[in-house]
Amino acid sequence: MAVTEVVAGLHPAGIEQEKIAEMIKEKFPEQVIDVTNFRDQVAVIIKKNQSFSILKYLHDEPVLSFDHLRDLTAIDWSNKKEVRFEVVYNLLSTKYRHIIRIKAQVPENDAKIASVVPIWAGANWHERECFDMFGIQFVGHPDLRRILLPEDWEGHPLRKDYPLKGYEGDKDWPGFIEVIKRSQELKEFEWHD
Amino acid sequence: MNMANVISPSTVDALIKFGIDVAIILLKIVIVLAIGLLHVAYATYFERKVIGHMQVRLGPMRVGPHGLLQPFADGIKLFFKEDIIPAQADKVVFYIAPIIFMAAAMVNLSVIPFDANFVIADINVGLLFIFAMAGIGVYGIFISGWASNSKYAFMGGLRSSAQVISYEIAMGLSLVGVMMMAGSLNLSDIIRAQGESIFGMYAIPQFIGFIVFVIAAVAETNRTPFDLPEAESELVAGYFTEYSSFRFALFFLGEYIAMILMASLCTICFLGGWTLPWYVLKIFPFLSYVPGVVWFVLKVYAFFFFYYWIRATVPRYRYDQFMAIGWKILIPVAIGNILLTGLVKIILKEVL
Amino acid sequence: MIKMQEPEKIFETRELNVNMGPQHPATHGVLRVVLDLDGETIVRLTPYVGYLHRGIEKLGENLSYFQALPLTDRMDYVSAMSNNIGYCVAVEKLYGIEAPPRAKFIRTIVGELSRISNHLLWLATHALDIGAMTVFLYCFREREWILELFEMICGARLTVTYPRVGGVRNDISQEFIDHLVKFLAEFPSRILEYETLIDQNRIWLKRTVGIGVISAEEAINWGMTGPTLRGSGIPYDIRKFMPYDAYDQVEFEVPIGTAGDTYDRYRCRMLELRQSVKIIRQCLEKLPAGPVMADAPKFVLPPKDKMLIITHPVNEIAYFIDEKACKGCGMCLRACPAKAITGEKKKPHKIDQSLCLQCATCFVTCKFKALKIIPGGKGQPEEKLVELSAQPVADEFKKAQEALVAHFDFIKKGPKVPEGEVYVATEVPKGELGFYFVSDGTHKPYRMRVRSPSFIHAGCLERLCKGHLVADVIANIGTIDIVLGECDR
Repeated sequence: MAVTEVVAGLHPAGIEQEKIAEMIKEKFPEQVIDVTNFRDQVAVIIKKNQSFSILKYLHDEPVLSFDHLRDLTAIDWSNKKEVRFEVVYNLLSTKYRHIIRIKAQVPENDAKIASVVPIWAGANWHERECFDMFGIQFVGHPDLRRILLPEDWEGHPLRKDYPLKGYEGDKDWPGFIEVIKRSQELKEFEWHD
Repeated sequence: MNMANVISPSTVDALIKFGIDVAIILLKIVIVLAIGLLHVAYATYFERKVIGHMQVRLGPMRVGPHGLLQPFADGIKLFFKEDIIPAQADKVVFYIAPIIFMAAAMVNLSVIPFDANFVIADINVGLLFIFAMAGIGVYGIFISGWASNSKYAFMGGLRSSAQVISYEIAMGLSLVGVMMMAGSLNLSDIIRAQGESIFGMYAIPQFIGFIVFVIAAVAETNRTPFDLPEAESELVAGYFTEYSSFRFALFFLGEYIAMILMASLCTICFLGGWTLPWYVLKIFPFLSYVPGVVWFVLKVYAFFFFYYWIRATVPRYRYDQFMAIGWKILIPVAIGNILLTGLVKIILKEVL
Repeated sequence: MIKMQEPEKIFETRELNVNMGPQHPATHGVLRVVLDLDGETIVRLTPYVGYLHRGIEKLGENLSYFQALPLTDRMDYVSAMSNNIGYCVAVEKLYGIEAPPRAKFIRTIVGELSRISNHLLWLATHALDIGAMTVFLYCFREREWILELFEMICGARLTVTYPRVGGVRNDISQEFIDHLVKFLAEFPSRILEYETLIDQNRIWLKRTVGIGVISAEEAINWGMTGPTLRGSGIPYDIRKFMPYDAYDQVEFEVPIGTAGDTYDRYRCRMLELRQSVKIIRQCLEKLPAGPVMADAPKFVLPPKDKMLIITHPVNEIAYFIDEKACKGCGMCLRACPAKAITGEKKKPHKIDQSLCLQCATCFVTCKFKALKIIPGGKGQPEEKLVELSAQPVADEFKKAQEALVAHFDFIKKGPKVPEGEVYVATEVPKGELGFYFVSDGTHKPYRMRVRSPSFIHAGCLERLCKGHLVADVIANIGTIDIVLGECDR
């Protein structure tokens, strides 16, 4: 129970992002589709088939040791790109202070990808949210249920074909209609002056 | 036949005497109840004010000058609120529970001697009576938790009954030392014996018992840091979660009467009741003109203030830790105190 | 030795299923936790979130980068300032601009103030949950002070929206700095006040030491961040790892724990309060002079006083309806907030110059370009205005009109952003708040993703609580410091 104040041990910044991308390319030459760089942030686009082993490699390789899954999400490219979905992993190593972004392409007709919960336990809720919002199945997830939306919700709201106001549009929420109906039923019991 | 022949003059006298006795007792009951309930009302006000000032705020200020009428406003509010009974509750038991709780607490006031000659029922087993009634009060808590048919209330009821039962043992044992020193279970006798002793009050020779008693008293009345049955952040409101309106008020009243009772018991058994220690009177002789009830009430208030003080200061124990304190520390210490008291008594008897 | 005989099974026993929340005094908002209890011990714990889901990510995709800023206030409303800063830093990175130094320092100051106010609220509720009632009110006394400071700089207390993309909304005043200095002088003694109440309190220690223990490896594996992670001993602080704003120009230390229990996390936050005071002090010392908005006209709004018309001060123009062009549609008539426009249908309308507020609403509403802005027209008689407007359009006038239109365009659509994607995280009081923007080259983000620390921490709840008692659930919900507005987004 001793708490100490430390200057966060600033290890020399680890490997550069391009080099990490190179390393992935070397190790999995078949899998890497593209490497992009925007504002000093490198993203490696990969095929989804071996995404699990690539991420496991990133996590386990002692030189890399990406122990922190900063974020896991998806992008719906709708008809802008050939492959509709991209599952995005933002990784960081608290040991070496280097980052990388991995994007796995997931086609619409086979919206499944291996779950990374065995690698990062924290991915659990991220993947549930991803499933909730995009309808991407995570194979091997221990408890894949909707998380933010009710269990009986229809559709996946963050898909681009989902309208902003929902499928119901301007229609009132059923619960609200129920309340109005009930209040009309009970009107005869109201007190009058 | 003539009535006068049947009832002899002595019988009439006896009857009249009986009538007067009953009238006096009734009068006493009215006085004790009225003052007791008023005290409950203002104990809540006092609590909110004291804790308020300890927490850099003012407490009630709106109703009346300095919020003095706040207790009445609260009472009126509670009276007129809707009385909600859960649909799945066991109705009869649900109705009875607060009454049992309240009645068990209130009956105890009858044996408390507030002044030298002011006690409703001066019975020989006063102390035992109080324990018995406190035991009955647990039923009120437990069945209210069960009858509500709510899990929070149920857990609150379970916790509370476990708590009150275990701490009753510690409390009973802590008072055994007092009984041994006073040689009586009658509360008035205990006070008199205290006044005559060298220390003036048993809190000094019985300080181990005193400490155990104070802790157990706080636990017995479900106050912080032992307010687990009604731990707001865990069990919402514990056993009276489902109660509202006047039924809730009954629990509330019962709880505060129990607090008055514990404070009185502490005053009687350890602080000398209505008497002042002889050494104090020797230094300030004029204090003997002050009526005894004033000292009694002041001591009770001091104990109340202590209640509020700890409520504002300490966090809450966890259930298992709390039970461990009761069974592993307080009860052994209290038993040790009994042994010590007995030992000292024998030694003194041998020496003197 | 006597062997205990296995008691005959007369009853079938099963766990008690208790539903805690979403309405519960200690679940910090609308978290719902379903507990399976064996006696008082937790066998299973399932958190349910989403009761406060407002679809901020979906909304963000339909708003411009300016418009989505106020949404971030509504995520972690306890420390709205930090969330605003997180958003602004991320969007700045996407734009490729940088805030001026003064703005950076101001943002660091308000960000740390927000950290203090968040930690105070955390301590208050955590202590109240455990039963220490007085700490709650002591903390709120100081939090109130900080909210008043916020009010002083931007007029809002809770949902501030004070930082802007490219800087901050307005400069801070000397009055604010004076009050802040007073606060900084007083606050460290107040921290001691809280600590006297609970730091060495036996009951507090009993309730927090050894509760919710999580090792360093496991904590990072679960994705914990912020003080919740640092309590386990990993010095991961984004302010140090990837400094943003002025954090690379101030000196501060990162408190880390060793045991990874509730008490260590509590100590970390208490020490962070002191570090925040230290950071603010340094920022005040080093506060440079200069503008508070970046000089990037393509991305940043011009200053307020130059907004309405760029070449002319506001009070030197007049609005006038060209009778020839006006079709009498009545659109401007209805739109005018001052009711300065009169006229009948299908006949040219007129503007009462004495009532006109020069808000330009009519100018925008008119579809027939019948409304003219006349430079130097203010205070001129009606005939003169006709005369003036009949003159060939002056260069000035044209410029003014264009500037106005451009400005409206800019406000309505927002700046165009190059195609690309960024993930930028900032250290908010609760942990790592990440914004992930994907831009497809238009005015709106193609995808806006918020990585909220509360969401991840709520996911760890089961790991922390298993095997503990019911009362420890409350301590654990407190120690991970969640706000459901941020968790559900």
